[in-house]
This record gives sequence, structure tokens and C-alpha cells, in this order.
Amino acid sequence: MTTVTLAGTPVEVDEEGFLQKPEQWTREMGEEIARSAGIEKLSERHWQVIDFMRKTYLDTGAAPSMRALGKTSGVAIKELYELFPKGPAKLAAKIGGIPKPRGCV
Amino acid sequence: MGGGTGGTLIANKLRRRYGAETEITVVDRDNRHVYQPDLLFVPFGLVEPDSICRPRSKQLRSGIEFRLGKVERVETEKNTVHLNGGEALPYDILIVASGAELLPEETEGLTGPCWGATAFTYYSVEGAASLNKAMEGFEGGRLVVNIVDTPIKCPIAPLEFCFLSDWWLQKRGLRKKTEIVLATPLDGAFTKPVAARMLGELLEKKNVLVEAEFSTGRVDGEARKLHSWDEREIDYDLLVSIPLHGGSPFVESSDGLGDELGFIVVDPNTLQAKAAPNVFAIGDATNVPTSKAGAVAHFQAETLSENVQHFLAGEELEKSFDGHANCFIETGFSKALLLDFNYDVEPLPGKFPLPGIGPMSLLKESRLDHLGKIAFRRLYWHLLLPGRRIPLITAQLKMAGKDTSLLSSTKEGVTG
Repeated sequence: MTTVTLAGTPVEVDEEGFLQKPEQWTREMGEEIARSAGIEKLSERHWQVIDFMRKTYLDTGAAPSMRALGKTSGVAIKELYELFPKGPAKLAAKIGGIPKPRGCV
Repeated sequence: MGGGTGGTLIANKLRRRYGAETEITVVDRDNRHVYQPDLLFVPFGLVEPDSICRPRSKQLRSGIEFRLGKVERVETEKNTVHLNGGEALPYDILIVASGAELLPEETEGLTGPCWGATAFTYYSVEGAASLNKAMEGFEGGRLVVNIVDTPIKCPIAPLEFCFLSDWWLQKRGLRKKTEIVLATPLDGAFTKPVAARMLGELLEKKNVLVEAEFSTGRVDGEARKLHSWDEREIDYDLLVSIPLHGGSPFVESSDGLGDELGFIVVDPNTLQAKAAPNVFAIGDATNVPTSKAGAVAHFQAETLSENVQHFLAGEELEKSFDGHANCFIETGFSKALLLDFNYDVEPLPGKFPLPGIGPMSLLKESRLDHLGKIAFRRLYWHLLLPGRRIPLITAQLKMAGKDTSLLSSTKEGVTG
């Protein structure tokens, strides 16, 4: 666990840069994390996914899996990959300031 | 609802506990109970498909009614299960044990003309039998084992398939002509760090290539290629697919019962459904974050039988299910290794069930673990399903006998 400064505020992150305390997160931090992951500007569609991830995490204590995201976020898996290249569930979680989604057991 | 491992076990346990004043009915859409751990051995000709199936009705104690019928939906406000054909079954307590279904048709291209020709699954009796025929005619090439996405039943079974393929191909003189590839959506061999590292090393030792973080988007059966959502490709000659899993279809038609994948939302420690206090779930049908496996259903049955009694007596439920899972992993050449873990404790090396003595080894290949896996067949039908206790095996995980020294050193490198 290390502390980094995002949007001018120190926050706790794990070794991969996932925020450990979702309550420390702000939208400005999200934009900064997105930029460092190569997404210059977060669109409305990006925010739809990020907000959905965050809400699910805060409501249920677990981030949705890729499949659940494709079924329930209103954004199909193909588009999720266009919005968040490589791993949409992971990247959206990182930008949204919630811990890394755990693979199912 | 459901006469598989969980349903049969809990029905028998409750029958032993309650006399004639309690009516117990088990509903299932067919009368074939499959010993699913043996599906793994069918493709290699080690087990005959017929030998792993028995009538569901015969596994139930006398006094339990077995009824054939397909469930349409559950109306929890009216305490009623609706069957296909219009029949309604009222209940005081409902236990959902309807398992997990295979959904190969949800992956584009998988169930096209290639299905049953070059692409197979051994997660069903028929699939395993047809894969056996294909294996018999296999002359080498690329054998790709693909987990489409989690959750799946018995998450380590695809690794076992790789290990057994290595053994089987060597025996046939085909190993040098064959590449074995495991394409998995996970970032390693397993979800928990210590086991992921040890199993990863074993895959490497057996020369199984792991294609990690591969999220399968579609299958091109004609070109024999797997495509991931992030546009990677894997060629295959023979595809062994572990298709998407979901809950039973009636869950979606039953308001508030399931999650988005159709698994019953329950309290992870009491197994009571969030939808209604007199509804419980067991086994693969639940959404609890532990393996979907028979051993889990077995440990859950201990908690569930107590909680049914507590509920009927108007008492508080016990939060005793800890996510305990226990699985033998067949590694080929008549060896196996054993995993023992729960919600909080990942699989660790050590001895089981007696600390320091064993005789089983945890997370380490041994012949005895293999014999344990084979012997379990008999225990399953004669001890586990009837609801009797298995000596020395406890429902809750025990830390004694486990080596915890590896825990701190594994934080880096492997992600969970």
C-alpha cells in the first residue's frame, strides 16, 4: 500500500494503482487516472460505465464482472472494449476509484 | 428444487432429522443424477459415461417424494413454485438447489457446425462422451482448453484436463506433436495467490502454455480460431471449451430471487435468500463467492440443516458457513493434489485432515491424493449423498496443519 497524490490530494493505492478507499475518490481524480491510462477525455459513455461500476461496488461490496457489466450497464461488451481498451472491468474500476475486481473463485 | 448433490444431500439430512410430520418433496426435470467429478475422466476413456449416472429417485431416503417437473417460476410472496403445465406446489420452506447451467449458445460461433466436430465440452455427459471419440481420433496439433468466463463449476477442472491431456498424449506418443494451451480470463492459473503460483509452476513443468487474461469474444469454427474481445487470436485443432455458466432459467422469471447471472442471492454465511426468509439455497445455485463444487454443497448442508431447524423454531439463524471448499486436483500419472480453503483463507500447503500426519498432502502432488480422489466415488454415493458424516472432515475450515509462512511473501507478483 502506497500513498500517491491525485488531483492535488494524497490517496492510498495498491501496487497497481487501485484506490483502497473509494470515499477518497473525486471525479477529477478519475480524469487524471484515465489520462495516465491513455484515455485523454472521458465521454458520457465512459462515465455511464464508471458510475455504474462505482454504484454496484458501493451497493453490494463487489465490483461487477465483465459479463455482468455487459448485461446490466447498458453498454455492450464490444463497446466496453472500445471505451476501455484491454480490460474494461479493471480499467473502469481503477478510474472509478474502487478496488480491483477479484476474479471469481 | 433440484435433485443433484446439494438437493439430495439436504433432503436426506432433513428426512433423518424430521419424522412423518414433515413432508419433503424433491422436484427435478429429469431422473439422472450424475457424479460430476468423474466427467473429467470420460474424455480419456478412464470412466464409462453410464457408470457415473444413477437415478435421482434412488438416492433419496424413503419418505421423500420425488417429482418430475420443470419449474417455471417461484412466487415467494405466495410461497408457491409453479411447474410447467400449470401445476402449483405450495411450500413452507423452499430450498433452491437447481445448480448451474451451461450456456454455450451465448458465445458467438461456439455452437455452430464446429460444435461436436472440432469444439467440445466435457462439462456434460454427452459432451464428455463425444470428446472421448474425438480424442481417440486425435493425431496431434493444437489442443486448446478455453474457459470462456467465470464463474464455472469446479474452477480447477480445466487445469486437471490439461494435466491429464499431457499424460494421455505421452502415453499415446503424441505429446511431441501436440501443443496444449490453456486460455483463461484469469490473470493466472487460479484466483488465489499461493495456489496460482504452485499450479502455474506445475503447468509450466508439464509444458502447458497459459494464455492469461483471454476474454473470449467469439469462436470461428471454420478457421478454427478463438477471438478475444481485445482482438487476440488463438488457433486450435481441437477446442475443449468450458462454456459460460448461468443459473436455472426459472430464476430470471422469479422476481428478486437471483443476480444478473441467475444465481440465487443469499447471505453468504446463513444461506438464507435475500428474497424471502423462508427461502434458502445450496450448492452451485447460490451466488456465494466460493467454488461451485460438490464439497462446498456438502459443507453448506451442515449449516443449512441447522438453519432450517432454527427457522422453523423461530430462532436466530447461525452464520456458520465459512466458504469452505476442498478439492482434489488430478495431475496425471496417478497423482493428485488437494486444495482446502474458504472465504478468507486461501489454499496453503500442509497436511490434511490430521495436522502434521495427513495422510493427505495439501497443495503437493502425491499418489495418496490420487487414491483419495478415486476412493471418493464410493464415499459419494454411500456416505455423502445419504447425509452421513464423513469421518475427520469438518464443515468449517481448520487452520491446524496448514503452512502459513508463504502468505506474506506472495503479495507481490500475483494478483488475486
